[in-house]
Amino acid sequence: MHELSVAHAVVSTVIDALPSPDTRVTQVRLRIGMLSGIVPQALEFAYDVAAQGTPLADAALVIERSPIVISCPTCGSQELADAQNFTCPECSQPCGDVISGKEMEIVDITLDDAVVAAR
Amino acid sequence: MTRIVEIRKGILEKNDLLATGLRARFDEAGVAVSNWVSSPGTGKTALLEALLTAAVERGTRVAALVGDCATDNDAQRLARSGAPVRQIVTESMCHLESDMISEHLEGWHLSELDLLIIENVGNLVCPTAYDLGEGTRVALLSVTEGEDKPAKYPQLFHSADLVVITKTDIGAAVEWDRDAAMRAIRSVNPVAPIIETSARTGAGVIELLDLLLLRSVAATHTHQLQEAP
Repeated sequence: MHELSVAHAVVSTVIDALPSPDTRVTQVRLRIGMLSGIVPQALEFAYDVAAQGTPLADAALVIERSPIVISCPTCGSQELADAQNFTCPECSQPCGDVISGKEMEIVDITLDDAVVAAR
Repeated sequence: MTRIVEIRKGILEKNDLLATGLRARFDEAGVAVSNWVSSPGTGKTALLEALLTAAVERGTRVAALVGDCATDNDAQRLARSGAPVRQIVTESMCHLESDMISEHLEGWHLSELDLLIIENVGNLVCPTAYDLGEGTRVALLSVTEGEDKPAKYPQLFHSADLVVITKTDIGAAVEWDRDAAMRAIRSVNPVAPIIETSARTGAGVIELLDLLLLRSVAATHTHQLQEAP
């Protein structure tokens, strides 16, 4: 259950990126790899708690899952169906060389400029 | 009016930056560092006790940081080996983060160490996401846990540089299916060395000690290659 730590990290990183501390955030978009170990539902729950009383309090959380992609020495980039079997789906060669799927990233945030302008 | 601002930042960037700094410190000091991750009850502490004792006996300069949610029981137990040991009490946090490591290293001269072992909080999920600056990540699995554990927790076993099987002395009693376990490990991690150990009989302990000293160097090298532009 490290989703609460992750949620706090999301909130503090977004706050640091705001043009002013009272800017209202309406949406936060994350990219979470299938190999990151994050459970989206748990992160959503933790985010609601972490965002309370911050400029993110009303911001919707959008989580995009990114697939596990390995680099097979023979077939190149290949997407895996799940994290259960690190073999190339084309040639069945064992391959642990992961190109993507571990990422936990804040992609972008949506700000409501009307609130900034009203200041 | 609304507008979208691109962030493109890793969520755990603060931890990762700190871990990168720690890794550079470890490299400069020439100390091999490993991060041990497993479920509670795998026998990390018992194996660590045997390993520290063996290391001290042969003159390897070793120290350990041990993470638990509460109590310093493990640190007290491990200190009997004669090696310097510090407890990190996480107060219910389910994993160690790199700021806890740098905080607890204060006062230790890293250049006077050959090997530093970080025993993470017993948990197969959360520690996986947190880089502690280690050269070698060790995933441990005991023969009492079920051979399919690597398949159930692929993130950890995939990320391991080294897989250690513990409690092999009671394998027969619990009908440990060694082949099934090896297959399960290999399906999520085709490359990591696998070492079979018993803290009770001492099997595999010296082999593990040698590999931790070597593997860290190898893994550190890989990290440097990965980080090179």
